[in-house]
Amino acid sequence: MSQHSTTYVPKSAFGKWFESRLPIAGLVHSSFIAFPVPRNLTYFWTFGAILAFMLVSQIVTGVVLAMYYTPNAAMAFQSVEHIMRDVNYGWLIRYLHANGASMFFVAVYVHIFRNFYYGSYKAPREVLYILGVIIFLLMMATAFMGYVLPWGQMSFWGATVITNLFSAIPVVGETIVSYLWGGYSVGNPTLNRFFSLHYLLPFMIAGVVALHIWALHVPGQNNPTGIPIKSGKDAVPFTPYATIKDIFAVVVFMLFFAYWVFYMPNYLGHADNYIPANPAVTPAHIVPEWYFLPFYAILRAIPDKLGGVIAMGAAIVIWCFMPWLDTSKVRSTAYRPLYKQFFWLFVVVCFLLGWLGSRPAEGWYVIASQICTVYYFAHFLIVLPVLGFVERPLPLPNSILESVMGVQKGGAGVPAGANAEPNTKG
Amino acid sequence: MMKRTLLIAAAVLGFSASAYAAGETPVPPQQKWTFQGPFGKFDRAQLQRGFKVYREVCASCHGLSYVAFRNLSAEGGPEFSEAQVKALAAEYKIQDGPNEAGDMFERPGRPADRFPSPFPNENAAAAANGGKAPPDLSLMAKARTYERGFPWFITDVFRQYSENGADYLVALLNGYEEAPAGFTVPQGGHYNHYYPGHVIAMPKPLSDGQVEYAKNEAGQPQAPETVEQYAKDVTAFLTWTAEPHLEARKRLGFQVMLFLLVLSGLLYFTKKKVWANVGGEVEGHATPPMTHNP
Repeated sequence: MSQHSTTYVPKSAFGKWFESRLPIAGLVHSSFIAFPVPRNLTYFWTFGAILAFMLVSQIVTGVVLAMYYTPNAAMAFQSVEHIMRDVNYGWLIRYLHANGASMFFVAVYVHIFRNFYYGSYKAPREVLYILGVIIFLLMMATAFMGYVLPWGQMSFWGATVITNLFSAIPVVGETIVSYLWGGYSVGNPTLNRFFSLHYLLPFMIAGVVALHIWALHVPGQNNPTGIPIKSGKDAVPFTPYATIKDIFAVVVFMLFFAYWVFYMPNYLGHADNYIPANPAVTPAHIVPEWYFLPFYAILRAIPDKLGGVIAMGAAIVIWCFMPWLDTSKVRSTAYRPLYKQFFWLFVVVCFLLGWLGSRPAEGWYVIASQICTVYYFAHFLIVLPVLGFVERPLPLPNSILESVMGVQKGGAGVPAGANAEPNTKG
Repeated sequence: MMKRTLLIAAAVLGFSASAYAAGETPVPPQQKWTFQGPFGKFDRAQLQRGFKVYREVCASCHGLSYVAFRNLSAEGGPEFSEAQVKALAAEYKIQDGPNEAGDMFERPGRPADRFPSPFPNENAAAAANGGKAPPDLSLMAKARTYERGFPWFITDVFRQYSENGADYLVALLNGYEEAPAGFTVPQGGHYNHYYPGHVIAMPKPLSDGQVEYAKNEAGQPQAPETVEQYAKDVTAFLTWTAEPHLEARKRLGFQVMLFLLVLSGLLYFTKKKVWANVGGEVEGHATPPMTHNP
């Protein structure tokens, strides 16, 4: 490993000439080759690479689809069917793009909950983390507008329901809604502007992702112990270690992705979206895509429209305050026995909210949604601040190396199971 | 622990059973389809019979506007011969134009034409059918479904159950029956066991012996000429019209899965080899990140 130097030294004369004018090779070298990676990372840390792959996949398939798609209310549905039937491998590109959105959200939710579990949002990674929340919000907007484009029944009515939410905003609400619609109801101008924005936002995501990665390279990655790298012995260089591991994880994720695309391509969508949009017929149940369901449940849990909209927005915005709401000095939940239980309870509540979001808003579903919504916010506003004071965390290892190599190194009582098999660790 | 799990399972089953008994739309029975599963393929003879049912029964009211005649001879479909398709297309009158004189005219269909709709426009279709236009059938098998409920919506992913629409269509076509006592069917409506709300505008479309199937050597029809068989055959045909590349998708899917499986296996061992060096102490090559200066 001695051939890996920490600084980039150009070998060729051209390399030297270029590097002194635009040091991009040095930037790549320091970011993706020599960059020190904690040696104890698990596969939960490969989801960043998986997400980068998904973003590229969505942009590539999306650009190809845009070559055939017609953003016109009278022709959109037909043009999608044209892609599905007559364009060579059009069905493949479209199913990759439609299911890719779901896969993107699967990966981002794993990424987000990994961050919650290991306290990655805490100092010094607050900005990195908030950039991540911004990416998530942009993803939601992009996915929502993308679902409108096929101009099926669920596209149309989903667009109607969601854009109508903005009318709850006092004073300017109605104006905002008419700007979103480009008229007085969801129609052709709405489809046109959604298509335009759907094409724009992914590149904004790419920009914020660049900032996200930049912000990551300042403090470096968090790791399962939550304690920082203290010496070179705690880390391995990004290449080849993280590179090969990320590539392996991406390919395994592609297997998962391919299963949906080739065997269950319509499972994650709605049958109603194979019916052309019809403003005169409302579908029996208007349900958003699965990845919005927990937030949809929170929206409907509040009996007041404005209140519901505020609660739904707050459910995500509150994430931005986590670095300050969480008062515990310990990052990793592995050393927080009490918080660990609350973390898993929170995960269960999020799944429950998702399921409730898919149910009609009636009977005990409403009450269950309200209870879960209250708990969702209590997790951030009560559990996180209070536990930091009342919880007695387990003793932390002295270094990442020590946690990997085991207790014999003079360990401070790390649970034995947590550090078995250093070879396969990660 | 086991006992508790069983109790919970029993409670869940009991709950869904009671929801069923509460008079909601009944669950369609699941059919056996040749096109289900990872290696599923259409049964050509079934698609050809199904097309006959569509043409002789459904086509008088329902369009098939996303399907072109040429599709009928394409690989992975009913696979009629090109000559058959050419002859079939020629039986249809297609409106074309305007010609040099500026007039619209009618000409015999060509394989590249799409199926003409039975009504000139949606309003005409609605006017002729009691106020509601009969829907186009091209996508019908994907545009209908039924509620699966917990936990079946999870197990469906593993068994690759995606024939919800087809099973619903078969149930619907077989679901015409006398309305139960006390149920008043409004004027122009028909009682159907499986239709949500039970009142469907479409009258019972199929009856036994209505469509004549091709005979085999023994002089017997190649499939029973019954409503159940017609329903299955026309549904298989409509599954193909909704997903004409289903066979190609599953075939390519198997190749892709196999390739990715082998690749991930190779990458796994490569990764293991690379990481094998990280057994003990690592050389101090990397500066701690807080002092790292890109």
